This record gives sequence, structure tokens and C-alpha cells, in this order.
Amino acid sequence: MSAPLIDFDEVIANFDPVLGLEVHVELGTASKMFCGCATEFGAEPNTQVCPTCLGLPGSLPVVNGTAVESAIRIGLALNCSIASWCRFARKNYFYPDMPKNFQTSQYDEPICFEGYLDVDVETDEGTRTFRVEIERAHMEEDTGKSLHVGGSTGRIHGADFSLVDYNRAGIPLIEIVTKPLEGAGKYAPEVAKAYVGALRDLLRGLGVSDVKMEQGSLRCDVNLSLRTSPDAPLGTRTETKNVNSLRSVERAIRYEMQRQAALLADGTAIIQETRHWHEDTGVTTSGRVKSDAEDYRYFPEPDLVPVAPSAEWIEQLRSQLPEPPAERSKRLRQEWGISEKEMQSVINAGALDLVLATIAEGADPAASRKWWLGELARRANDEGVELESLAITAKQVADLEALVQSGRLNDKLARQVIDGVLAGEGEPAAVADSRGLQIVSDDSALLAAINEAIAADPDAAQKIRDGKVAAAGALVGAVMKATQGQADAGRVRELVLQELGQ
Amino acid sequence: MSDLIHASAVELAAQIANKTVSAVEVAQAHLDRIAEVDGRVNAFLYVDGDGALEQARAVDHAVASGQALSPLAGVPLALKDVLTQTGVPTTAGSKILEGWRPPYDATVVERLRDAGVVILGKTNMDEFAMGSSTENSAYGPTHNPWDLERIPGGSSGGSAAAVSAYEAPLAIGTDTGGSIRQPAAVTGIVGAKPTYGAVSRYGLVAFSSSLDQAGPFARTVVDTALLHSVIAGHDPRDSTSIKEPVPDVVGAAKSADVSKMRIGVVRELSGEGYQPGVQARFDEAVELLRAQGAEIIEISCPSFTYALGAYYLIAPSECSSNLARFDAMRFGLRTDDNGELSAEDVMRHTRAAGFGPEVKRRIILGTYALSSGYYDAYYGQAQKVRTLITRDFEAAWASVDVLISPTTPTEPFRIGERVNDPVAMYKADLCTLPSSLYGGPAISVPIGLGDENLPVGLQVMAPVMADDQVYRVASAVEKALAQQWGGLLLDQAVAL
Repeated sequence: MSAPLIDFDEVIANFDPVLGLEVHVELGTASKMFCGCATEFGAEPNTQVCPTCLGLPGSLPVVNGTAVESAIRIGLALNCSIASWCRFARKNYFYPDMPKNFQTSQYDEPICFEGYLDVDVETDEGTRTFRVEIERAHMEEDTGKSLHVGGSTGRIHGADFSLVDYNRAGIPLIEIVTKPLEGAGKYAPEVAKAYVGALRDLLRGLGVSDVKMEQGSLRCDVNLSLRTSPDAPLGTRTETKNVNSLRSVERAIRYEMQRQAALLADGTAIIQETRHWHEDTGVTTSGRVKSDAEDYRYFPEPDLVPVAPSAEWIEQLRSQLPEPPAERSKRLRQEWGISEKEMQSVINAGALDLVLATIAEGADPAASRKWWLGELARRANDEGVELESLAITAKQVADLEALVQSGRLNDKLARQVIDGVLAGEGEPAAVADSRGLQIVSDDSALLAAINEAIAADPDAAQKIRDGKVAAAGALVGAVMKATQGQADAGRVRELVLQELGQ
Repeated sequence: MSDLIHASAVELAAQIANKTVSAVEVAQAHLDRIAEVDGRVNAFLYVDGDGALEQARAVDHAVASGQALSPLAGVPLALKDVLTQTGVPTTAGSKILEGWRPPYDATVVERLRDAGVVILGKTNMDEFAMGSSTENSAYGPTHNPWDLERIPGGSSGGSAAAVSAYEAPLAIGTDTGGSIRQPAAVTGIVGAKPTYGAVSRYGLVAFSSSLDQAGPFARTVVDTALLHSVIAGHDPRDSTSIKEPVPDVVGAAKSADVSKMRIGVVRELSGEGYQPGVQARFDEAVELLRAQGAEIIEISCPSFTYALGAYYLIAPSECSSNLARFDAMRFGLRTDDNGELSAEDVMRHTRAAGFGPEVKRRIILGTYALSSGYYDAYYGQAQKVRTLITRDFEAAWASVDVLISPTTPTEPFRIGERVNDPVAMYKADLCTLPSSLYGGPAISVPIGLGDENLPVGLQVMAPVMADDQVYRVASAVEKALAQQWGGLLLDQAVAL
């Protein structure tokens, strides 16, 4: 199934990638874009519906003012201009999960236009800032969700039957479209990942969405084309959908670059099409062929009146924006006394909010970073999930760190507690209790183990008696082993030296 | 009991309120009349006898317990089958909605219920309100009570015929390009299209969203105004609904004072294509108004000539999108769902089987007009014409208070006469299209019989939100003619 690929370095040697990213953000409003239905994720299918979001005859839409406000705030945070007057438009096409068979969206009059987001990426020459230009951010409604049952692909073709859940139909979406991103070269995959990550942090900071990629509240479509040189005309692009994690953004682009380059190197034309990213196999497969001739027959939505935010309102929203992520990271870097590179690794790992939350729960900054970037990042990587998707909360990490600080756990035992928390065994203290994890602090118990170790390794003991204190390491190690790591290594060392007259 | 069916809404409401007659008796008299004549008229698609009597009983209970009553409490009404009523079949005259019972009330229906108006049932109409004769109904044509061989106008032909045939004293229609005014004219009754946005469209099965407007039918101008005041008013569920208070249409209808009013006669809505009898009745009505102290001024509205072309691009464009939801997925007809066909094919088969020829014609027209590469030449151009028509109206308001014209160029034609000539059919709306595209209020009031002894109507058009003005002028004409005739025009119709 997987297409022939060529080596990434060879791609870069022969081609210049041009990227375009379309990000759909589900807003976290209490009600839908055009009706009063609830928007709770994971509710029983078709329980959050009404005549309007089901598209029943005679029903009419009414714009959700909070969604408009969120759209404007997003636009302002992305340095966009805000339209003083704009309209919704109907995008006409038939699909079973689209109740009206048109999507109420915006066409040539988006509410936000011409902005940018700067992202930092580590390059061979150090940290480099790439400016991702935003073409537009517009409001629209989500479709229902189809579940295709039977067949091998899970897609509509070949399915025995399909079920449609209209709970999602009408959920407010903001679509953020970049201008073609040129000049990233070999860093294109990293820039894209950094952009989506930065956008996610920004949206989370605004509090407009829960931005959970795996639940689909932040969805990314990646457009990519290759050309032989930066001066050459743009190549034919593909649009890759189903890119549901930051890792996937990077991997999917890397894959598409390698796949397209292999075809072009072979003299094969790229087909303009929609492709689907497969997280498990790490490949994209062909979807619908999308020609430019596809005609959505856009026209201004006659059921809605124009949206005309006043200049005063826009300025009021601008003045209430939270600190931009870039400024925040600069401030935190100074507060925590870490380098730009260290800060970047926190951001790139998607750990900034988690670290901040952990600090807010009482842990110190260094320890918070240590857990999220060390042990927990490793676990997330092993499981192939985002850090934030791990089954451990900032509060639990802070509690764990408190157990370490109190002397009850050492790092090794703490890692075992993490095992338990991730396995759903409960809060850190409860896991430590039930697993019997505790530093052995009873000196008499330790002395018994120390004397056994001295008896087992008389050479080492003699060396210490002779003043070679460094030899204590072997005995401490033996005691730690004997106590299954539950002893405080520092205390063991003190006792060993004391026993041997040092 | 037969005087109950001939009584006006005002009279019925008064008799119910003072307990001369019960609302149940009134409802039953009309249900009996429907049973007697509707086999020949075919005004109703669904008669909700039980529902009507239940509503009537509630009114009688309110009367008995001394509760305050609305001015139309207990008065029966016929509802165009394009408005949703909870649990009552709603077809919009189409096979594609056969059997659908909406789970919600249109705002108009909600307001009628709140006012104690008794809804007798749902009336016949051109499919999805597309037509001028009610011949495009999937459920057979409605017949004009004046001459059963003739069309009752359309698309609200069922509602107009029901009032004209004394099956109901009141009816609700919808008007997109003339669908209230033209049927009112050709059945000899009063029908008004309120200012666009004055009556909520929530629950009105959309044909053309930027033009559709529900409005009242009755046999007198005052009854029409009373019904107007019940259904109009701001509705937060319709974004295009106007927030301003409803003009005092009832007061204006009662006053009927046109002295010192400046009335404009639209030059472009006369001449070739206008039947001599229609023109003669119109000229007489103008003189009646002049005699009552109105100043008559001829006004030219050059862009009105292009209204027909603009309308037949805008309305089909919007309908091509509005009617996309009829796809067999969630409600209504589903054809050939045999487990073999894909969802798309079931949609295709259902739409092919469920829509009639005129609806298909307009969907195709509109789809074409909105297509990439044609949008500017058709939809875009039509919107520009719409702006020009609006400017013609606004220029006119500098010198006159209202504009008048015949409501239709001709008397009602024979059933079947124009079915194979869509453009001839479209011309029935020639006079009513401009104010639809503009969005202002307009009314049709009977002004006599034409060459073929069939009803002729006068159209009065006014500025946006000056709905009271059209009632004032219509009422003045009605009063003057009532003196001549000794009653309503409808009294001259042959009994069914």
C-alpha cells in the first residue's frame, strides 16, 4: 500500500516545499453556531438537536454572539484585521451528514483577514523565527458525524450502512487559513508543527476552545506542493486530512514531501486530490479527487443579517486579550532562569501549559519541567500520544513531586507511582500506599542490610576502613538492591561510613 | 347557521365574546361548509376538525371564565400548508413532504394559537409556493369559487379560495412575488403582503428566503388588518425579523381617511398586456380616491420593467439551495431505498420522484444562475436590478405616500390554459413583483368585475414599515365601493 518514497535529504536537495495549513477549531461555546442546542462532547447520538441544526423545513438560523466574539478575539490574537461588515455565505454541496445540504460559512467576506503568527524553530544555525502569514479566519458550522458500518475502510464506499450523529451539526467552527508558506525548506515539517502547536497554545490561552486534536476540536488539513526551485511556479498540491496530532502534522508533511518527490523524480504528475493520513502506518492514501472545477455555488446567506462589529467593541476585545504566548514565554524564561533553547523544548513538547498548571498546584518550576519533559514525555512518546493526553493531571504531578520533596519517595519509586497513576490506580499517595512504595527510613532495618552487604563484600569494607571513601558506592548499591530501591541512598551512605568508622 | 359563515371576523369575535354564539358552533359551521363545498373547490389539503373544535372549546372556556380575549378569539382560519403546525401534516403542496408531521409550530401558528384563532386546516398551494395558479400542487388544482373552471391564483390559491368560498373568514398565505395579492385579486377578497421582516418566517418552509413573507387574507380590510396585527411583530428566532413596533394597521383600516394623501399611479404597470376591463376598474378606483380628497400623481418607475427577469433569477437561486435539504435522509419521502442503492442514489431517486416539473425547472434555473462563471452575469446582475427597483421606490416616496396599480394584468385564466407556457404564467405576477423585490408592504383590494365578469383587484404599495398606509387606502376604496354595491364584491358571486 505504501508509495515509493525518496530520502528526505534528497527531497530537499532537489525540491522546494510550499505549505498551506487550514486549521478548523471547534469553539467551546455553550450553544451551537445558529441554534440554542448544547455542544457537550460525547453525548448520546442525536440528543443535542433541534429543528434548526437538523435542517427541518421552515427552521431558521440565528448567529451565536459568543461565537462571533471568539472569532474576533482569535483574529486579534493572530494580528488580523477585523471586518467592520461581513456576511455569511452558503456553501452548497450534498452529503448525508450535512442537514441542509449546504454549509453556512463565509466566502469572500471573512470576519478576520491578513494576520500572522511567528513561530520559533530550532535550526542548524540556532533558533530561527518563521512568520506564518494568515490569509483569513472565518466562521462556519460543523457537519454531523457519519459512522460507516461494515466494509474494510471505514469510509462510505463499501460500507453496509451508515449512521449519522447530528449532535456535531452546527457546532461553531473557526477556519484559519494560512497563506502559502514558502522558504521553510527542510524545516517545513517542523515549522508546520510549531505553527499548529503555537496556534493551539494561543487558542487555549484565549479560552475559546479545548483544542483537543484527538477529539477533533482542533483539526488540521495540510496542503503541500513541491517545486524544483523557489523561483519555479507552484506545483500541484495535495490536501492531507485526518492529521490529528502535532506529531502527525510533522510526519504527514515529511511523508508527503517524500512521496511527491518520488513521483516527480519519476516524471509522474501529482494529482490534485484529498489524501488521508494514517497515524498507525505513517502513510497518506488517496481520497477524493478534488478539481478546481468543484462548484459550491456560494452566495450570501439570505436567512442571516450581516455581522457588523463596532470599532469600540473590537477595541474593547483587543484590550482584554491575554498576554500573547510569545511574550509569555519570554517572561517565564526569565522567571525560571532558563535558556531560550530550554524554553523552546518545553513549548515544542506541548508542555508549557502542563508545566504552568503543575507549578500552580504547588510544584517548583524546575521539578515541573523535569517530570513533564523527562519521564512523562518518554511515556507519551512510547504510547504515541500527546503529552496532554496522558492519564495524569498537573495536580497529580505536583502531588507526586510533593511526595518526593517530603522524603517519602525517591525518583525511582516516583516512577513506579507514575506507572500506577497511568494505570488508573488512583492518586499518587494512594498508589504509593497500595504498592507499598516508601523510602526505608528506619535505621535499624537499614543497618541489618548494611551489615549483610559488608559481610558479602569484605574487600570493599576494608578499603573504606582504610580511608578510601569512594568505595562506599558498591556497598550503597548493594543495600539499595537489597531494599528494592526503597531506601534513601544518602542515608545509606552515611550509615555505611559510620559503620566502618569513617 | 349559514349567517355564521358569511359573517366577518369582527362580527364573529364580538358574538363569541358576548356569548351570542359559541366558538364551537362557529368552528362547526365552517367545518360543515368545508364538507359541503370543498369537494368542488379543493381549497384544503388537510382539515383538522378535532384540533379546530378543541381550540374552539378552549376559547369558549376562556369566555365562560371571563378571561380577557384577543380581538380574533374563536374566529376560524385556514392556514397555508407551507407553515409548520406541530403534529399536523405539512406538505408545502409537494409529494416530497407527504406524511411529514412537523415537531414544532411556526411562529405565526404560535401567535394564532395565543390569540385564540381556531385553525381549521391546511390549504392547497403551488408546490413550494412556486406558481401563480395552484395548478402546481402535487394534490390537484384548487378551483376559483367564482368560476370553478378558473384558477384561484397562486401560490396561496387554497387560502384565497377558502375565504372566497366562505369556508373560513380568515386565512394565512405567503407571498414571495405576489402569492397573496394575486390570489386575493382573482378571488375577490383582500390580501396583504406585510413589509418583509414584519412577520416571522420561522416555520415557513422556505422558497426564497429574501422574499418570502407570510400575510393575511380576509373578506374585509379591517379583518385583514386585525389578522395582520396578530401575526406581525419581532421574533428573535428569525434574524431578518424587524425589531420596530408594528404600525397601527387596524387604526388605519378603520379610519380609511385618504384626504390629503398623495397617491402615485405607476406608469409602467399599465398599457399593453393589461385587459381593458382590468384597466377600466383601475381607472374608476383612481377617481374614487381622487373624489375622497387624495392627490393623484403619475409616477414613472423605469426599473419595474426588469422586475420579472430579476425575480426569476433571485428566487430560483435561493430555492435551489433551500430545497437541497429534501434529500430523504431525515424526513419526508424516501424512494428506492432497497439496500442496493447508495445514499447519493437514494437522494437522487427521491428528488426525481418527489419534486414536480415547475420545482425542478426552478432548481435547475437557480443552480445554473449561481454557478461559478455565471454568478456575476445572472445572480449578481439580478441583485443590481433589485437595488435599482428599490431606488425607484425610494425616489417615488419623495413625491407620494403610496403607489397604486392593478394587482394583476388580467382576470383569472382557465385551469390548464397556461400550464405549458411558463413565461405567460409568470406574467400573472408582473404587478406584484416590484414591491416583493423592494420589501415594502402591499395589499390587494377588490375593485369590481372585469370583461369576463371575474374579480379585479387594486394593489396599494407603501414604504417599508408603512403598512398602515396600504390599509388606509384599501379601506377607503372598499368603503366607497360598498356604498355603490351595497356590500362586498363577493356578494355578487354565484352561490356555490
